[in-house]
Amino acid sequence: MNEINILLVEDNEGDIILTTEAFKDMEMENRLTVVKNGEEALRYLKKQGQYEGVPSPQLVLLDINLPGIDGKQLLGLIKKDEELKDIPVVMLTCSEDDSDISDCYDNQVNWYITKPIDYDKYTKVMHEIEAFYVSFVAYNK
Amino acid sequence: MFHLLRIINKITIEPHLTTKTITMNEIQILLVEDNEGDILLTLEAFKELKVNNSVVVVRDGAEAIEFLKSEGQFAGTKLPHLILLDINMPRLNGIEVLDFIKKDEKLKRIPVVMLTTSSSESDISECYEKSANCFITKPLDFGSFLGVVKSIESFWFNVAQLPRPAA
Repeated sequence: MNEINILLVEDNEGDIILTTEAFKDMEMENRLTVVKNGEEALRYLKKQGQYEGVPSPQLVLLDINLPGIDGKQLLGLIKKDEELKDIPVVMLTCSEDDSDISDCYDNQVNWYITKPIDYDKYTKVMHEIEAFYVSFVAYNK
Repeated sequence: MFHLLRIINKITIEPHLTTKTITMNEIQILLVEDNEGDILLTLEAFKELKVNNSVVVVRDGAEAIEFLKSEGQFAGTKLPHLILLDINMPRLNGIEVLDFIKKDEKLKRIPVVMLTTSSSESDISECYEKSANCFITKPLDFGSFLGVVKSIESFWFNVAQLPRPAA
């Protein structure tokens, strides 16, 4: 299987480390790019400025609480953009709020996942994402 | 040996099932599928799942829309929490049904899993463009098919959060 490019949009350093570590252990070859706010994520996705020529991600992991454009707004922008809307987006957030969950699905998030706080569970969730993604979610761009 | 395994299985699964049924409401799944073999396989696989679920089967795209709109024979039915959608079906095909769901203000929130024998690049990208939540190619043998359904369960009901259907 070819390398999978993943874009992680996350401002919390602890979560960035956890996610990076979890993806290092995975069986699928992957390249995880981290951006720390919504504006930067948009520049990355649209390959603007410093991001000219970057590969398109095959999966976006998106936090809700971000400085500037927040995760929900960014999701809306991605899913309304003809060029970007087919990229699977996973909300990965601490929020368990019913209205956050419904808003995200209304805006066509692919999966909404509440981040577990404990390290082992966090790693397990990342591996579940991998297993589900690699085995069953056909996606090529 | 097989029989013994079944018993052990039952004993270990039962307590979990009880707590689930108490803490969690039944998850309603709409299966849109015209192939009788696949319907049987899916129903069997869902029977084995730990999560309390009920599966409603409709056999073509037009019937799926009637169900989702609570029209005709489906008057008074509740919206499902998850939709499993085949592509090749009589009347409306799965991609047309997907498009209808994702353009409807009330229905677009419901996660749609494309579950199809197709693995064509153009089907995959068209479904993602039309906001399918995920695209799964059905394996042909029963063992692998069961594995797929179990992974749908584990992913959608244990890892991901499902939205409440719109009122």
